[in-house]
Amino acid sequence: MGRHTPLYDLHKSQGARLVDFGGWDMPVQYASQIEEHHAVRRAAGVFDVSHMCVIDLAGARAREFLQWLLANDVGKLTRPGKALYSCMLNEAGGVLDDLIVYFLSASDFRLVVNAGTRDKDLAWIRRHAQDFGVAVRERADLAMLAVQGPQARQASVTLLAPGDRERALALAVFAGVPVADWFIARTGYTGEDGFEIMLPGEKAVEAWLALNSLGVMSCGLGARDTLRLEAGMNLYGNDMDESTHPFESGLGWTVALKPAERRFMGREALERVLAAGSARQLVGLLLEDRGVLRSHQKVIAAGGTGEVTSGTFSPTLERSIGLARIPSGPVSQVEVDIRGKLLAARAVKPPFVRVGKSLL
Amino acid sequence: MSQVPADLTYTKSHEWVRKLKDGTVEIGITDHAQHELGDLVFAEVPEKGRVLKAGEACAVVESVKAASDVYCPIGGEVTAGNPDLASAPELINQDAFGRGWLLRLRPAGAEASALLSAAQYEELLRAEGS
Repeated sequence: MGRHTPLYDLHKSQGARLVDFGGWDMPVQYASQIEEHHAVRRAAGVFDVSHMCVIDLAGARAREFLQWLLANDVGKLTRPGKALYSCMLNEAGGVLDDLIVYFLSASDFRLVVNAGTRDKDLAWIRRHAQDFGVAVRERADLAMLAVQGPQARQASVTLLAPGDRERALALAVFAGVPVADWFIARTGYTGEDGFEIMLPGEKAVEAWLALNSLGVMSCGLGARDTLRLEAGMNLYGNDMDESTHPFESGLGWTVALKPAERRFMGREALERVLAAGSARQLVGLLLEDRGVLRSHQKVIAAGGTGEVTSGTFSPTLERSIGLARIPSGPVSQVEVDIRGKLLAARAVKPPFVRVGKSLL
Repeated sequence: MSQVPADLTYTKSHEWVRKLKDGTVEIGITDHAQHELGDLVFAEVPEKGRVLKAGEACAVVESVKAASDVYCPIGGEVTAGNPDLASAPELINQDAFGRGWLLRLRPAGAEASALLSAAQYEELLRAEGS
């Protein structure tokens, strides 16, 4: 039996199919994964993402620590509440995890890291935080709800006291604000507008049911995966891991090499990669023949072979999409080996879908 | 409990078999199987003329989440793959025992005895806790 979030019993009572996800028993779908997907593109859905790990960092040198720990530059965060997406690298430039960091105050930052990497991340962060005198606190007391879709923010603010609603609605994209003992952030993993809400675990059931009563559909991690892939967002463990660096994972945009004097974990390795040129690249794939792209299928491109890292059927586009790691260089058409047949696919630049619209 | 029509026979791997008047059989996956798989988005069915052995993978059904093989309950020569599934794989979800059929074949040799009756298949589903 895996670990349970505070919403576990509720998921069961709502008919969810539960699967193991990074050691947690999580809902993969309720009634229909495709309906859940469409609810988020067209109206609003709520996901239990309490399995993700919230880590609070406190200390006078917290910013300095994060500027050393992360490949993106926390120095970009100048206003409290602002958030940054970053990779955390090992010395070889491999991706230990991808995460969001929130700037709360001069001495307080919050990280949200993946569920499957929780123990590894905590050990790594704690080990290095010592050198900077930064306190590391895992917030296992918090639940996290992702409320996503064009109607998500309006529905979510009705959970707040009337006096707090404007503050939440005023949030810029990729910013968060504490509201009483909740933390509301305008972030997500679906390509739609919405909030991620961190709240005390004992409040999660009530909040979930209130959202349901406003027409926000309960959604499982299955729909979350199709939504993120349509939005061209990487999944840790599929699209990148410790054996791959950001430049071959479509994440070069998250690496801040300027200022040149900022030393960060993995920097030297990445500079060597850049000097030599990355041998591989991550591209989007659109399957032109009938079938479904799945991770680990072989890809045959002009410059050599590669592999699908994530693949699925896109409910919005009604065709199969994926991400693949292939040799660097210009590419337009590739072939994918699906059960022994070579099927045609087109290489495209992700995302495939954003805010309800196809980008093809 | 999902539907289990009494006039069909079944396999432990959740396929069903219907005897047709012309001596061929129609094969599909059960209502229980389609429910377990979730929304189906792709089906690959065998071509007419292909000769299949009992127990051989004869079709693939893919949900949003994963691909699953369908195993041939009876050996024989394929007389038809369901042509409607190319554009409408959701027929398997909507009508697993009817319009969602996968293939028809002419059995080779003696009838397989390993198939389950409806009552036996219901017992299997109960044992699997569904």
